[in-house]
Amino acid sequence: MSELNELYQQVILDHNKNPRNYGALKPCTHFSEGFNPLCGDHFDIYAVMDGDTIKDISFEGSGCAISKSSASIMTSLVKGKTKAEAETMIEQFQDLVTMPMDQQPDEDKLGKLAVFAGVREFPARIKCASLAWHTLKAAIEQQPKAISTE
Amino acid sequence: MNALKESMQAFDINSIRKDFPILNETVHGKTLVYLDNAATTQKPEQVIEAMNAYYRHTNSNIHRGVHLLSEKATQQYEEARKKVARFIGAPKTQEIIFTRGTTDAINLLAASFGKKHIQAGDEILISAMEHHSNIVPWQMMCEERKAVLKVVPIDDDGSLNMEAFEQLLSEKTKLVAIVHVSNSLGTINPVKDIIQKAHAKNIPVLLDGAQAVQHLPVNVQELDCDFYAFSGHKLFGPTGVGVLYGKESWLKDLPPYQGGGDMILNVTFEKTTYNELPYKFEAGTPAIAEVIGLGAAIDYISGIGMKQIETRESELLAYAMKRIAAIPRVTIIGTAAHKSSVVSFVVDGVHPHDMGTILDREGIAIRTGHHCTQPVMKRFGIPATSRVSLAFYNTEEELDTCVKAIEKAIQLFV
Repeated sequence: MSELNELYQQVILDHNKNPRNYGALKPCTHFSEGFNPLCGDHFDIYAVMDGDTIKDISFEGSGCAISKSSASIMTSLVKGKTKAEAETMIEQFQDLVTMPMDQQPDEDKLGKLAVFAGVREFPARIKCASLAWHTLKAAIEQQPKAISTE
Repeated sequence: MNALKESMQAFDINSIRKDFPILNETVHGKTLVYLDNAATTQKPEQVIEAMNAYYRHTNSNIHRGVHLLSEKATQQYEEARKKVARFIGAPKTQEIIFTRGTTDAINLLAASFGKKHIQAGDEILISAMEHHSNIVPWQMMCEERKAVLKVVPIDDDGSLNMEAFEQLLSEKTKLVAIVHVSNSLGTINPVKDIIQKAHAKNIPVLLDGAQAVQHLPVNVQELDCDFYAFSGHKLFGPTGVGVLYGKESWLKDLPPYQGGGDMILNVTFEKTTYNELPYKFEAGTPAIAEVIGLGAAIDYISGIGMKQIETRESELLAYAMKRIAAIPRVTIIGTAAHKSSVVSFVVDGVHPHDMGTILDREGIAIRTGHHCTQPVMKRFGIPATSRVSLAFYNTEEELDTCVKAIEKAIQLFV
């Protein structure tokens, strides 16, 4: 059961039950739609950018606990950050969930992101965790089309 | 009553389970509980051994060589065709075409039937509970030939709306393609009625039997269907092999699907003469070992008896429906009166994907997602379901284990 506890940490369960920054943000300056055709997970990301700063951000849609909590935690983390800072976080997140199991993630550097280290044990769930991040990337880089993790 | 008692005595679950070596596997330290039989079934020793023996002792190409091994391989391959014909009650062996699976069989029919019989404005009638493999091939064909795909709706309990079906059958309808048993809802469709109504208007019917042949006795003559498709791997046989049955009267006039070796009588650069049935539709070296494996699977389940399997599985299904429906927060999707072997459900507060992961760690294999039936999910307004799907080797104890794990998942998330 320990790997399961590692995957479904309290933080993740909490964000799943009480997602932060949930609901459409209208009007917004940036928007992207993320879709995982294999499992049907679907999240929209709304952002209000002030110059290079993400002034406000929200998400809306449906998905499993991993994808939903990942979106919730992500929006809390990038709110108020610059585009460049958000991009660094996206990279850190991607590196974290694809890092080999025998490597220890740098928890000091990662902060709250580190709760997703447990996803590595569950290869089928990596795409769940990544969906919101891919979608955020598309939103802030303004690629105006639906993003898929497949 | 006595006959029933005798038949149940013949169904020895312990010895049956011993035939399936994988049922002894441990998964994450737990004994495997395999409840994903609608995705693929496990293989008995007899099937594994038949394929093993073929590669060890007979491997050779068929329909060509004059040498002994080729003759033996050909004989075993054609023997399997006879077994399939007997199994589904096909009157003629040449009405059995080996394909790569149900998907391949439907693609074959859509391409070939479309080329011969479909004009602009014609209609193909399918249902809202089709697997993508009985939607997309028709969509592709319709697009190519400017035909129209019509869809029979389903009711809230997951049964086909027969009133709508009758209304949708028109002079323009050229083919009805309907699933025999739904893979995501478990509904057994009233196929005999469907066929009679279609035939009354001279419309042929294809049944997608991918989820039917392993659960119910199927006789294509009694049904009077014009085409019937199914897969080997869902029938306790190997992947990579399936069957398209077609009435000879239809098949003989249909053009070939693929060109190549084995499907020809004579080839020159000017003109090729196609082979007779069924070889006209079997281009290239087929999946010989898999066909032989499928034959062994049919021998195996015929030994148990499809009637017995149907009886045993309806007990198991009733038990599964009762136990799972009784779990708080659970809603079962697909509650038609006539159902087979599938319990699809959603849990308020637990996403199917998370359910699947929790169950997996308990050694329980189920399927979560849209089950290649996205229109069904849309119809019920849900993104996905968790699906428990049964085979005759499953037990009530396994279902108890599964119910306990579902309850555990609910505790974690809610």
